[in-house]
Amino acid sequence: MKRFLEKLVEGILMISGSLTSVAILLIIIFLFKEGIGLFNSPEVEKGYVLSVSQANPVNSLSPLEVKDIFDGEITNWKQVGGTDEEIMIFRFDDIFNYYPEEEMGENYEFLPDKLSSVVQEHATIIAFLPEKYLSVSFQGKLLDKKNISPLDFFFGKEWFPTSAPVAQYGVLPLILGTLWVSLGAILIALPFGLAVAIYLAEIADVRMRKVLKPVIELLAGIPSVVYGFFGLVVIVPFLQSLFRLPVGETALAGSVVLAIMALPTIITVAEDAIRTTPRIMKEASLGLGANHWQTIYRVILPYARSGILAAVVLGIGRAIGETMAVLMVTGNAAIIPATLLEPVRTIPATIAAELGEAPAGGAHYQSLFMLGCVLFVITLVLSVAVEIISGKRSSRGV
Amino acid sequence: MDEKKIKLEAKNVNFYYDDFHALKGINMQIEQNSVVAFIGPSGCGKSTFLRLFNRMNDLIDGTHLTGECLLDGRDIYDKRVHVDELRKNVGMVFQKPNPFPKTIFENVAYGLRVNGVKDEKYIKQRVEESLQSAALWEEVKDKLKKSAFELSGGQQQRLCIARAMAISPSVLLMDEPASALDPISTAKIEELIHELKKDYTIVIVTHNMQQAARVSDKTGFFLLGELIEYDQTKKIFLNPEKESTQNYITGRFG
Repeated sequence: MKRFLEKLVEGILMISGSLTSVAILLIIIFLFKEGIGLFNSPEVEKGYVLSVSQANPVNSLSPLEVKDIFDGEITNWKQVGGTDEEIMIFRFDDIFNYYPEEEMGENYEFLPDKLSSVVQEHATIIAFLPEKYLSVSFQGKLLDKKNISPLDFFFGKEWFPTSAPVAQYGVLPLILGTLWVSLGAILIALPFGLAVAIYLAEIADVRMRKVLKPVIELLAGIPSVVYGFFGLVVIVPFLQSLFRLPVGETALAGSVVLAIMALPTIITVAEDAIRTTPRIMKEASLGLGANHWQTIYRVILPYARSGILAAVVLGIGRAIGETMAVLMVTGNAAIIPATLLEPVRTIPATIAAELGEAPAGGAHYQSLFMLGCVLFVITLVLSVAVEIISGKRSSRGV
Repeated sequence: MDEKKIKLEAKNVNFYYDDFHALKGINMQIEQNSVVAFIGPSGCGKSTFLRLFNRMNDLIDGTHLTGECLLDGRDIYDKRVHVDELRKNVGMVFQKPNPFPKTIFENVAYGLRVNGVKDEKYIKQRVEESLQSAALWEEVKDKLKKSAFELSGGQQQRLCIARAMAISPSVLLMDEPASALDPISTAKIEELIHELKKDYTIVIVTHNMQQAARVSDKTGFFLLGELIEYDQTKKIFLNPEKESTQNYITGRFG
């Protein structure tokens, strides 16, 4: 009977363990499946085509070129490899400027022919048309239909997922925004965190430690939205007046908030690392006439180096994945920042802000999943780095 | 023998770890350029007593000392004594080899560097001299830039001795320096102690009775925090006055 119970408990543990693993795996698979779908979506909005006149030598345009043409930044066909003529933009609605509505027929049955003739008659036209209004005898030339390319996704510099006729899914500003904010955070958090860790491990007496440690661990328990709120009402206005900025919502504000949030992790891990320096190592140094400070920076810190590195990487990991606080204080402009004093938009903030308004299953929706994949890969790399670093540490021995 | 200078002296020393009375009223004189061995069973206080002379026990919380420890006639627990200066003068070799995670060269140079020596030429010269005195130079002269962890245990321990000697102390405290080593390495260390006696006063704690007999001029036997007997090593081993000393060295307990 007892044996049976033991087997039962073992079985339950095994099942719950494997269920958890399977669930996690399924989530990752789901993430990537949805994300990869992006690269099977057409560049041009579903159900629409881009067309030019038969006489136009241009056969295909990149998403960025299309956007610039429709934004009026490219105005001549020469700029995209055509002849030296001004581009004429034609959107579907413009048809009524050429033909009065009465001529379309009762059920718009003549509309396809009219569209066809407009495109035929204007040699410099680029037309953005719904597919369903193209007649069988359409006289224009359809531009090549391409799917969104991974190259444009990973190296594109523009993130305008809702722009028409061609949405821009360039993830580079978001990746850079995330890295900027996280890097800034770690640059701020590391000196403070290390200082506190050294103080706690080497200098503070027992009573001080007993007070400080719980307080620091308490920091980790504050919800991130509270940090975001604090950042918004305290740090953002402060930075704005300090650097005389037009807006205070900048990458730096995000870095400061994230630094505060990453501190507990960095302090705890670094303090542990410093604390594990063998006593004989300290005694050897002191025994040679070194004072406490010399011992700390010549022996203890080098010895704890890998542990401190692990603390940094864990801190970055915390910063990179953070959503709410960053969303609240960084300004969320999807541009590649030149300095820390400009607004940026991070990957998690983008997902949180846009998922609600992206139609499920559409390219925008899939692009957000792909962003999730990018974030997943970044944090995975960081976790593996921590494993390698701490693995090296335990195998080094003395 | 009488005209020999007294290097280290303990006067009625009592030492406590919190409430535990670890050393009880110890008096001892150690002459310059002699080797003194402390023997006794584990927990008898001999290591604690040794560590009093470079104030290594200061690192342990809740300890308390009464009585006087003198170096060259000066109380080393006097407030005016700078503990870093004291430790420069009283080197220590630990039970387990504990080189720093640095190169062989930097291990030996460490004591010089932390004491503000900037002259690289002098540092190089001292490192070589120290390694030679520790009988390690020939083995490591071609790999000074290698990590100290690449050396064998015995080599590491001699490196630690070289490291202690680089700053030219006048006293060397050795806390069971050979207990983690094989017999050949142990023999080398003992040979070294004989050599070093010319320039240093050496105090060595050991569990190995033969070692005490081989290397020391005088031997002190500790038991339960008391110094039971302290005399010429020959006398302790051949004709001890106390019965407990006799019992210990003949292996009846310990």
